[in-house]
Amino acid sequence: MSASLPPAAGTAGTPGLPGAPGASKPASGGADHGSSLWGDAFARLRRNPQAIAGTIIVFLFVLVALLAPWLAPFGGEELPGQREIRPTVIPGIGDIAAYPLGLDRFGGDVLSKLIWGARASLVIGLVSTALGLAGGMFIGIIAGAFGGWVDNVLMRLVDILLSVPNLLLAVSIAAILGQGPLAIMIAIGASQVPIFARLLRSSMLQQRTADYVLAAQTLGLSRRTVTMSHVLPNSLGPVVVQGTLSLATAVIDAAALSFLGLGGGRPETAEWGRMLTYAQNDLAIAPQLAFLPGICIAITALGFTLFGEALRESLDPRGRR
Amino acid sequence: MLVIPTLLGLSLLLFLWVRSLPGGPATALLGERATPEAVAEINEAFGFNKPIVEQYFTYMQRLLTGDFGVSIETGRPVLQEFALRFPATIELTIVALIFAIGIGLPLGYVAAKYYGKAADHVSVVVSLIGITIPVFFLAFILKWVFAVQLGWFPPDGRQDSRIDATHFTGFWVLDGLLTGEYDAAWDAFTHLILPGIALGTIPLAIIVRITRASVLEVASADYVRTARAKGILERTIRDRFVLRNAMLPVVTTIGLQLGLLISGAVLTETVFAFSGIGRFLADAIFARDFPVLQGFILFIAVLYAIINLIVDLSYSLIDPRVRVQ
Repeated sequence: MSASLPPAAGTAGTPGLPGAPGASKPASGGADHGSSLWGDAFARLRRNPQAIAGTIIVFLFVLVALLAPWLAPFGGEELPGQREIRPTVIPGIGDIAAYPLGLDRFGGDVLSKLIWGARASLVIGLVSTALGLAGGMFIGIIAGAFGGWVDNVLMRLVDILLSVPNLLLAVSIAAILGQGPLAIMIAIGASQVPIFARLLRSSMLQQRTADYVLAAQTLGLSRRTVTMSHVLPNSLGPVVVQGTLSLATAVIDAAALSFLGLGGGRPETAEWGRMLTYAQNDLAIAPQLAFLPGICIAITALGFTLFGEALRESLDPRGRR
Repeated sequence: MLVIPTLLGLSLLLFLWVRSLPGGPATALLGERATPEAVAEINEAFGFNKPIVEQYFTYMQRLLTGDFGVSIETGRPVLQEFALRFPATIELTIVALIFAIGIGLPLGYVAAKYYGKAADHVSVVVSLIGITIPVFFLAFILKWVFAVQLGWFPPDGRQDSRIDATHFTGFWVLDGLLTGEYDAAWDAFTHLILPGIALGTIPLAIIVRITRASVLEVASADYVRTARAKGILERTIRDRFVLRNAMLPVVTTIGLQLGLLISGAVLTETVFAFSGIGRFLADAIFARDFPVLQGFILFIAVLYAIINLIVDLSYSLIDPRVRVQ
């Protein structure tokens, strides 16, 4: 039973983020002699095929997103093939050598738009999850640290928000903010606040009764020190897992909000959800316009989900053997 | 017990929500093309120029008498619009649930039974795909493959417009069965299959995982080993010892999924042009029809509360231990 403090409490927030592929390696050295929760978890992650598959997908996705300006033959909003488009003819995969994955209704190069779309998805995913995480942690810490009526009021509020399905919550928030990518990011982030708050709070409550907290209190440490440097780092596990899974949800939800017409901006914007939305009118003559961005969304979400679930499994103390 | 405060809190939030919309509540009610005279008239009629506390009490009074406001787009009461479309979504939800439970439960059980073997891996992969595929993308694929390419199922709508069917309950399959117009009932049913599968896939994936985890946990319990040691038939162990005890979390999950199903219906019904409550909501989002949105969210929350109550009550049927408490 090691309730020892994670040595790298500060870096504990990063494993769900794209730095993860590298992060799993340095930890392995420490896992053999130390038996910290996170060190152990990473040692187990390295042996988990699910985690490896997830890491590879996430790594490729981030790579494509970062290198978009160099990888994509055309700009995200460029319409190089405008003259090739007829009302009933949209060049498909391999039809024109210059556009390997074909063109879309507006004359944009599908390959380029998919690549730029990865960047848009990454930004939406990261920003909205970071917002949700920050808001949820703020509420969760306050509720978990103070307890009593503060906890009661905050958790009732969270209950209320949880009684509204996530997508509807995001739609309602987007309605106040108006259209556009920023509104979508805030809406998705805000819709994730209640989950993070609930998770962190219950995790902290669990930790609060632990022996090491009693020990720290007996030593005369202030409540703030006990909460921030003892209880909080030990409570982060479920939150980090949820953060990784939220990246998947954010990518899917962003596409759904775009699909419902809340994306704003120009129709030819390079964004997977947007591409899918406009593809439905041409499903009969150019189904690839729907399939390609759809597959991109699904694979990205799969990558984050695989990684998040493997992380959850590896952090579960029952799995420690 | 906490249902009433939660609903009260939500109604307060929704009240504040409409008042924080850009342009103020009158614009939200009338739409953005409203003339200043109309805005003034609405402000007067709905009392938006009165103190906010007084407004809240008027609003609550209206809610409690079943007045959810009037749709901007159709000009009819929101509640009436819901009543018109809800049966379609209920039909769709039932098909989705039958699909999700009918496949999810056995798949989850088989996965747990053959833990670590091929069947287990297959079910894990299926559930992973189910969770990560966007609902509307899955709807696209189903529509393209089974409706556009193969032509096995109708691509959209609730019933072939060439069929002259009698409708009186709003449940079109039921209507056909009651009036003896079996071809109409069958046609309406075939229209439910593809959207039902699209809508049921996420719940299916979740039911597979919960069933698998729950059966795994119960199967390693001491009383199961004891039962086996006593030589009780494997089938009896499965039905009476493992499945029954493993059902509790599964039933909870199914209850929770119902809320998700309704919001998933927004996307599915849009793709299949299925005129239920979900498509109505998608149109409302598009048209910024706030009275409809406000009413819908409250409606969903009430529904959620009722479902949770039913789930709580069903515990005592499944688990006698709950009855004692």
